[in-house]
Amino acid sequence: MRRAHYRYFLAFTLPALAVYVLFAALPLLNSMYYSLFDTDGDVARFVGLDNYHYLFTNPTTSERFWNALVNNLEFFAIHLLVEVPLGLLLAALLTSGRLRRSTGLYRTLLFIPTTLSVVIVGFIWRLIINPLWGLVDYPLLGTETTALPTISLMSVWQYVGIPMIFLYAALLAVPSDVLEAARVEGAGGWTTFWRIKFPLIAPQFGLIAILTYIWTFNGFDLVFALNGSAPGPNYSTDILGTLFYRTFFGSSGQLADLDLGATVASVIFLIILVITGAYFGLLHRRLKSYEL
Amino acid sequence: MKAARRSSERAGNLVVHALLIVFAVLAIAPILLIVVNSFKTTPAIFEHPFALPTADTFSAAGYERVFQRGHFVDNYRNSLVVTVGSTVATLVLATLAAFALTEYKVRFAPLVGGFFVAGIMLPIRLGTVPILKTMISWGLMDTLTALVLVYTAMSLPLAVALLMTYFRSVPHDLKEAARIDGAGELRTLSIVLPIVRPGLAAVASVTMLPIWNDLWFPLILAPSQENQTVTLGVQQFVGQFLNDYPALLGALTLGAVPLVVLFVVFSRQFIQGLSQGLGK
Repeated sequence: MRRAHYRYFLAFTLPALAVYVLFAALPLLNSMYYSLFDTDGDVARFVGLDNYHYLFTNPTTSERFWNALVNNLEFFAIHLLVEVPLGLLLAALLTSGRLRRSTGLYRTLLFIPTTLSVVIVGFIWRLIINPLWGLVDYPLLGTETTALPTISLMSVWQYVGIPMIFLYAALLAVPSDVLEAARVEGAGGWTTFWRIKFPLIAPQFGLIAILTYIWTFNGFDLVFALNGSAPGPNYSTDILGTLFYRTFFGSSGQLADLDLGATVASVIFLIILVITGAYFGLLHRRLKSYEL
Repeated sequence: MKAARRSSERAGNLVVHALLIVFAVLAIAPILLIVVNSFKTTPAIFEHPFALPTADTFSAAGYERVFQRGHFVDNYRNSLVVTVGSTVATLVLATLAAFALTEYKVRFAPLVGGFFVAGIMLPIRLGTVPILKTMISWGLMDTLTALVLVYTAMSLPLAVALLMTYFRSVPHDLKEAARIDGAGELRTLSIVLPIVRPGLAAVASVTMLPIWNDLWFPLILAPSQENQTVTLGVQQFVGQFLNDYPALLGALTLGAVPLVVLFVVFSRQFIQGLSQGLGK
């Protein structure tokens, strides 16, 4: 029977494992492998860390890289500082106990932007804030200092539904006898939220922050849809995703370079991995231990 | 005393409703603005953007141009093939894997399970260069098959993790009874399948959306006109007809509406799948 178990286990998991390994896990590792080679036509020559050396010492590529990294941090920070508190507010309103049958309707309406394609969201907002239409007078997307915050806020508008649903589920899970006890003690909605509900869902913020981090450092679609592969004005909206795309796919004025593309991908992966690893290694368990 | 308390309670309810209505309007109004204006003439779009179309200002000319110059019928067919194909493949493979991972207590089962769960956060796009090389050498460049393979791989981790929680809740006795009756393992799986049906619905709905909406892989793996998905089609169309507002608004409406409808119909399954999947 035990041997039969092994046979069934393999037969049932192998198809999923094969697809997952071939088209998700292995390509990530292979990116690092390819980043150590210099390919010329069909010939690949092992060059060690030369591609990394080039990326960080060539004046153009290193300037672009650091610029994209700083922009990406700003993109992430705006999501963290605007989207998460807003999501918390919405989740708190939805679970305030002051709504009856309308909860589902509000929840669905508030989540609708999240279901749209980023491309469509980008264009909807570009049309709306286009000075040509006259609703907004200032060229928000055409000015270096406002372009990235504007794009970030479009993205916040679209994705605020994610932290909202996440925190909504966490708030629903707060045991009702705890809330009942607070009510009997005479605590109002405000006190109950900050003294009881919030501390109970607080550990979730760590996970939301790390998911936001991974997701924003994977960002590409919105910036590309609005500003193309060399996102202006003057690269002020360039993030790591567009830099990666431009490097391996090429764009006007830049040749495609698969090896350097794999190098950029590996650097981005490392940036994500180090922070995610640090979070799960150091912080996550400590946060979990405060849960009920 | 009691009356005062009740009126303050009512005021509180009002504030909560008022705030939620404001946020709901903020979420929906931009989309409605696009949809409503897509049915208007160009002058009406610019002069009275907030007005509903009247008999004078109604025009569907934008849509005519979208269908003349765009390839929306083909785009929809491609998106449908890719989304349905990937979702079905994900469901079948993830069901088999999740059943095995919860059913057979072999030594490395937790390891394999953890390997899948870790993939939920994997930034698969960063593997694009090797994926591109694989697709070229397999002759799959610019095919919908390439997209289905990548999207299935991308969706499997969350699908397996979600379905494992559902399979764990299946009563052990049911499976034993099936086996005593002489059912093979696949037959046993098919007997318990109705019990995990809510899980399958949740997986299907969280799998579909990101695939339908993705721009990255269609752009890189299937960019030609006959293989374009809706998301890529809209992106290219808008890039070409920047000054034709009615056509632009029409294209955006065509891209947005099917998903909004689909989501409103399946919102409960979707939100269930999302909150459980992220909570892992």
